[in-house]
Amino acid sequence: MAMSDAAFTRERLPGAAAVHFRPVTIERRRVRVGLIVVSLVFLAVFLLLPVVAVFVEALRGGPKAFMDAIFEPDAAAAIRLTLLVAAIAVPCNLVFGLAASWAIAKFDFRGKSLLNTLIDLPFSVSPVISGLIYILMFGSHSLLGPILKSYGIQVIFAVPGIVLATIFVTFPFVARELIPLMEEQGQGDEEAALSLGASGWQVFFRVTLPNVKWALLYGVLLCNARAMGEFGAVSVVSGHIRGLTNTMPLHVEILYNEYNFAAAFAVASLLALLALFTLIVKSVLEWRYADEIAATRRH
Amino acid sequence: MAALHIASIKRPSVIPGFGLALGVTLSYLGLIVLIPLAGLFWRSAQGGPAEFIRIATDARTLAALRLSFGTAFIAAAINAVFGMILAWILVRYDFPGRRIIDAIVDLPFALPTAVAGIALTALYAPNGWIGSLFEPFGIRIAYSATGIVIALVFIGLPFVVRSVQPVLEDFDREVEEVSATLGATRAQTVRRVVMPTLMPALLTGFALAFARAVGEYGSVIFIAGNSPYRTEIAPLLIVIKLEEFSYSGATTIAVLMLIASFLILLAINLVQSWSRRRYGDV
Repeated sequence: MAMSDAAFTRERLPGAAAVHFRPVTIERRRVRVGLIVVSLVFLAVFLLLPVVAVFVEALRGGPKAFMDAIFEPDAAAAIRLTLLVAAIAVPCNLVFGLAASWAIAKFDFRGKSLLNTLIDLPFSVSPVISGLIYILMFGSHSLLGPILKSYGIQVIFAVPGIVLATIFVTFPFVARELIPLMEEQGQGDEEAALSLGASGWQVFFRVTLPNVKWALLYGVLLCNARAMGEFGAVSVVSGHIRGLTNTMPLHVEILYNEYNFAAAFAVASLLALLALFTLIVKSVLEWRYADEIAATRRH
Repeated sequence: MAALHIASIKRPSVIPGFGLALGVTLSYLGLIVLIPLAGLFWRSAQGGPAEFIRIATDARTLAALRLSFGTAFIAAAINAVFGMILAWILVRYDFPGRRIIDAIVDLPFALPTAVAGIALTALYAPNGWIGSLFEPFGIRIAYSATGIVIALVFIGLPFVVRSVQPVLEDFDREVEEVSATLGATRAQTVRRVVMPTLMPALLTGFALAFARAVGEYGSVIFIAGNSPYRTEIAPLLIVIKLEEFSYSGATTIAVLMLIASFLILLAINLVQSWSRRRYGDV
């Protein structure tokens, strides 16, 4: 639609160069150019420049300093821990997202909208509070903490606490992507498969899952980006033990506070690369997945 | 027994797996989100009302809450203006790089907050690329409330754009044509025909950006300067109370922030139901 309007405004009457036809539903050229320029400047200053700054600062010390900062043992341990935490948290939220969207999108039941609201709850809780609630549950001053400790299980200032806080913060991502799409697709395909004799699991794996695969991948990617990048919640429960409970974002903070800026930005640039990768895959998926939604609407 | 109970809350369906799916959903939701959050409220109630009020009315707590909510409000207002313009140009205009701009809008969702924090600080510090431009005029951006607003603008922008964009895409252009044929200027049409329809979505985006900004921690603590009473945000004060082992202090501030967030969520829901009543399902 935008394209046809733009084409229309460029049209001239032959021999009457001064006469422009502008559709009534589009602004004057001056206004349009002004709005575009304002937006581009705003985006460049507020969004693009920070990312550019990360890479410039990371490479300021030269490639060798960059490599040293990344392969230094504490940094390598932080990278390993970040990968481990994401490898646990993302599949947990994936299973939850599939279960929640199956229940919400394929059935009508009482309390559905309340359940929908509760799933979004972690989005509106400060990351610091997300960490705090697990300290209150599993910390040394809690009810459960001392009991678990007597069995040799430590949650806070250890990996389980980091995983829990990460799961909380990334809780809604997969479900949020799947629920609207599955609601739109309805139950027709599943009912057809069932009437042809498929079992419940066959319907799920052969009909429902292929129908939502791109949205699912997109949700998993966002969930993963947030899981690897989470700072506030993890910072509260981790205890910042170097080489043991430091994730990549926490390692960035420690290096930064030690005025080791080149190393801080080197590790940060890895996280920025992850963000850029996520955005690129997301955009590619959106172009593909737009066709798929159109396809499911057709039948 | 269980099957009977489930049948009574759900409309009959031939699709299997309701019990399993809802069971997994509710158990997981309960264990990860609801029980720990309930624990927070239970813990804050244990101290008694006198202790709660003492911490809630402490000057440092009030200063932190005022700063968090004030800067979040300013940042969300800035985002409402620029997010609206961005959504407008992305939906209505065609220009080179439009798809790339559309993708870049989501950058704050994908970029870890700590990375955003140190990058913004590097830019806006007195010796940074942008900060050094303002330093000669005595304007300090990083390590002041202005720096906090800039970090919150960064993280909140996509909420407004992504709330307004779909509504604008679905907007019926014929309504604008009718308005023009009835003699309205373009400005009048935009202000009196288009804007009222977009208002609920814009408010939703504003509220989402505001709620996110109030709780934001990672991107702010690097740029804020973190001096008590002046540039200390409420989430940071929770962390400080925890480090001092003042659990009642931490839980009280957390409960105050959560109550505020719940009120914002409630406001979003009211705005949405109001918009549905007034303009139909958009």
